[in-house]
Amino acid sequence: MPHDHDHDHDHDEHRHEGMSASGHPYRADQDAPLTHWQRMEIAVRELLAEKGVATPAEIAAQIGRMDARSPALGARVVARAWTDPAFRALLLADGSAACRAEGIEVDALKLVAVENDAQAHNVIVCTLCSCYPRTLLGLPPDWYKSRAYRTRLVREPRRVLAEFGLTLPDAVTVRVHDSTADMRYLVVPRRPEGTEGWGAARLASIVTRDCMIGVAVPHI
Amino acid sequence: MDQEREPGRGWHDMGGAAFAGAVDPASHDYALWEKRVDALMVLCTAKGLFTVDGLRRAIEDLGPGAFESMSYYERWIASVARNLIEAGVFTVEELNARMEAIGARGATYGAASLARGDG
Amino acid sequence: MAEAQPPAVAPPAVALPAAPPPYPDPAAPPPRFAPGAVVRVRRGAAPGHIRTPWYLRGRLGRVERVCGWFANPEELAYRRPGLPRRALYRVRFSMAELWGEGSRDTVDAEIFEHWLEAADAPRP
Repeated sequence: MPHDHDHDHDHDEHRHEGMSASGHPYRADQDAPLTHWQRMEIAVRELLAEKGVATPAEIAAQIGRMDARSPALGARVVARAWTDPAFRALLLADGSAACRAEGIEVDALKLVAVENDAQAHNVIVCTLCSCYPRTLLGLPPDWYKSRAYRTRLVREPRRVLAEFGLTLPDAVTVRVHDSTADMRYLVVPRRPEGTEGWGAARLASIVTRDCMIGVAVPHI
Repeated sequence: MDQEREPGRGWHDMGGAAFAGAVDPASHDYALWEKRVDALMVLCTAKGLFTVDGLRRAIEDLGPGAFESMSYYERWIASVARNLIEAGVFTVEELNARMEAIGARGATYGAASLARGDG
Repeated sequence: MAEAQPPAVAPPAVALPAAPPPYPDPAAPPPRFAPGAVVRVRRGAAPGHIRTPWYLRGRLGRVERVCGWFANPEELAYRRPGLPRRALYRVRFSMAELWGEGSRDTVDAEIFEHWLEAADAPRP
């Protein structure tokens, strides 16, 4: 059964001895045979630097910005929606405005929040490529980009959800959202029973990335 | 994708296409070179050199084999390079020359990167 | 051509949005379709960078909301500006319409105005 990597997978987990010139730890791939496409990446990066288009510092800063995005940001938004009705209303009307109201800078992200309730369960896919609310949640998992997920979720969502360990009663409608254009989607899961009186941080701790994609629900 | 039965469906246009098999739940941590590709895309699109639509279009133009034969960020760097050539940022000749020179630096990613510092 | 029409597959219900689209374009004409309108996705065989998925072509759905106005990705993909912006809709389709199944489950997708036409009747 898939489990949810809702803690940051940063490169510290693969630290080797020694650090590179910029202070980043070396990664396993530093010692792997150089591939054609890695050569291209190095070449593009160097040419961009030499032509004054993008400096190494800019690239490092952007990597840092992306590393700072994680499901924890989305979880904060969900937890606040669970406890603050006005915020919930804003989130459902304009997801990006709500993120900014929560102090999260989302740049050009155009977020649509879709809320699970007793009648409906939402789940997100991009059948055409792999569009994902990365500016809020960070980079998507491999399975989200896989052929299996992209072909099957719009065709047999309940079977796909069952593979993730989620079975929904027939009375609940499954709503699949295909991110075909400019909008990006965040599933707002239902707040579980037994969480009455919980503070924001504790509520956020049960909202995993997979809950916000829609292939899981929060558990206490 | 089956072009005989569905001419006009792009290989990337996968919704509802026939597929047998479970979703593999495994994920990999993003390697540094992949994060760099991602960063290059974000920076170049922010600087107006190309759009995310152009990125997608060039990936689609890689053709159906690309999904199985290339990884996600391999497709991305191929597309970024193509888009930058189209934008006139560098030429095919320049890219070729640089890729050749990099190959001569060493056999590993680390060895080939070290010469110019780490970004 | 068949004379008997197959039974109508009713497009799924939508909750009308409580707020206006958050991505307006004051210079653009009003949207052609309102939330709740029944629409059909056009077919098309032209090549290019197209964001209307194959599995939705020719299908009947209901507008769930107007998302806003956006430049045309079919043009942006080739370094053209894709202007003027055009209306983008979230359209809801039933699984029954898409795959012929009895499920009440649905698929919502974003479709540009130029890929939609008004539909009062079920698919012929």
